[in-house]
Amino acid sequence: MELIRAFIVGGIICVIGQILIDKTKLTTARILVIFVVAGCVLGGLGLYEPLVNFAGAGATVPLPGFGHLLAGGVKKAVDEQGFAGIFTGGVTAMAGGLTVAILFGWLSALTFNPKEK
Amino acid sequence: MDQTESGKKQYQELVKEVSPNSKLLANCIRAFVGGGLICVIGQLIKNFFLAQQLGEDSSRLATVAVLIGGSILLTGFGWYDRLSEHIGAGAAVPITGFANAIAAPAIEHKKEGFILGVGAKMFVIAGPVILYGTLASILVGLIYYFVR
Amino acid sequence: MQKQCGAQSIKFENPPVIISGAAVVGPKEGEGPLAKYFDEISSDILFGQSSWEQAESEMVRKGIELAVQKANLTMDQIRYILAGDLLNQGTGSTFGVRSLNRPFFGLFGACSTMGEAMSLGSILIDGGYADYVVSAASSHFCGAEKTFRFPLELGGQRAPTAGWTVTGDGAIVLAKEGDGPRVTAITTGKIIDMGIKDVNNMGAAMAPAAADVMVAHFRDLGISADYYDQIVTGDLGHVGSELLIQLMEKEGYDVSKNSTDCGIEIFDATKQNTLAGGSGCGCSAVTMAGYLLHKLRKKEINKLLFIPTGAMHSVVTAQQGESIPGMAHAVAIENM
Repeated sequence: MELIRAFIVGGIICVIGQILIDKTKLTTARILVIFVVAGCVLGGLGLYEPLVNFAGAGATVPLPGFGHLLAGGVKKAVDEQGFAGIFTGGVTAMAGGLTVAILFGWLSALTFNPKEK
Repeated sequence: MDQTESGKKQYQELVKEVSPNSKLLANCIRAFVGGGLICVIGQLIKNFFLAQQLGEDSSRLATVAVLIGGSILLTGFGWYDRLSEHIGAGAAVPITGFANAIAAPAIEHKKEGFILGVGAKMFVIAGPVILYGTLASILVGLIYYFVR
Repeated sequence: MQKQCGAQSIKFENPPVIISGAAVVGPKEGEGPLAKYFDEISSDILFGQSSWEQAESEMVRKGIELAVQKANLTMDQIRYILAGDLLNQGTGSTFGVRSLNRPFFGLFGACSTMGEAMSLGSILIDGGYADYVVSAASSHFCGAEKTFRFPLELGGQRAPTAGWTVTGDGAIVLAKEGDGPRVTAITTGKIIDMGIKDVNNMGAAMAPAAADVMVAHFRDLGISADYYDQIVTGDLGHVGSELLIQLMEKEGYDVSKNSTDCGIEIFDATKQNTLAGGSGCGCSAVTMAGYLLHKLRKKEINKLLFIPTGAMHSVVTAQQGESIPGMAHAVAIENM
């Protein structure tokens, strides 16, 4: 059941992205920005949490989940550190994922060469 | 050629008429299935780490790490772009798409050196995502600080 | 005889002869329907080099050397090389001719460059400023993607209106005298901008320029559309060609029967998944130097109007929200 819920919710979020790409001619870069910001705002309003509880990875793996992670991080930091948390929470929350992506990305440049289509 | 405003408008109408549209329904179905499956894989990986008694936070990071690592490996072999040719947003919207956006320019611009090639170009798409994600988190934090 | 003709055309007094042509292409073009007309098909998209940029320059060098060789000339008999490409500052051509040690004019006309190179080359020959001129143009799929779009490995779907940049270099040798079809007239196009902003629909941005130069050509020379056996545009693709036919119909010309497009001919759109068709400087250049020149020599085409088309935007202007200006050069080639 858990897997089916993840499949459906994750799929729907991707379909929203697909409609945006096909209908608005927005570039992928813009779509990614919109999704992360939207996830962060929804997370801040507490509207994304129920989706995560319902769909698990279906809500955390798509990029709005990344935004939601930032919102959760900044709230937690404000709770713990007060005002300073506004500035430390977001980046702290993304630290793990971002560092992994940068490390692997750099290693891939070291290892691979560009390929034709 | 009639390059007046009305002439241009008329021509743009004609272009709309003649240009084929993307196959929205087919694209959406493929994005749904492809994106959904990537999320299912994510869930399976996380369940695996949870079963290893790794704890919620570490399991989450480990899952992200595996997804990102897998995506970057596929990118390196030139398979991720082929996958996304089929499933479109299904490959772009999950965190694996973000990883692809970091690795692809890093590999492509390797010839321009490891500082301004790999180092700078790596963030061509990821940079804006990090920037606006951070700004949004500051906004959320600021509001939360005053209303909590 | 008056050389200037009408508002924007030239009728050559001593029409320059196309004495040879060579087309060097990449692997995908070598799988396309025109494969047998190309002189060299590289199975290696890098052409033995280590970057896309070097690969394009290698292609340029090979194409020009081959064309000169096929004309039974030596490189030092070539008075001028006129060439252009799509890379920033035209480095594909400059680095390609670096080792050839000949006087060089670097051109930029986006994908219409072959038309520009042939027009100016013909003027040089007819004017008596040169006995032999090489006109060439090139593009490389991977280099163009890197320059104009995103890295190759970045995921994303192509729009059905998008073109597929041809990897290839086409070069021809123009001469004062000799055996072969002759460039009888040219019409130089104007920059035409109909406000199209979609970089994934370049055919739509360029079609009005092609129509404009075609109408000017017919008017200046006082001929009708059926004067030519074939009218071949550069890289309008399936969408742009349909638009061109409709635009011409509005102007009172029917070109639906005798016109086609290099971008349509060079790939099998369904089998090769090239969507709207081939594009890039190389598209019209290799189709001219390979396929069309062959047809002219075999007298299967005797009167050809060749109209390479170009989208004159840059990444910067597109990001600044500017529309895409179109460009086209008409070159009339006839067996006499």
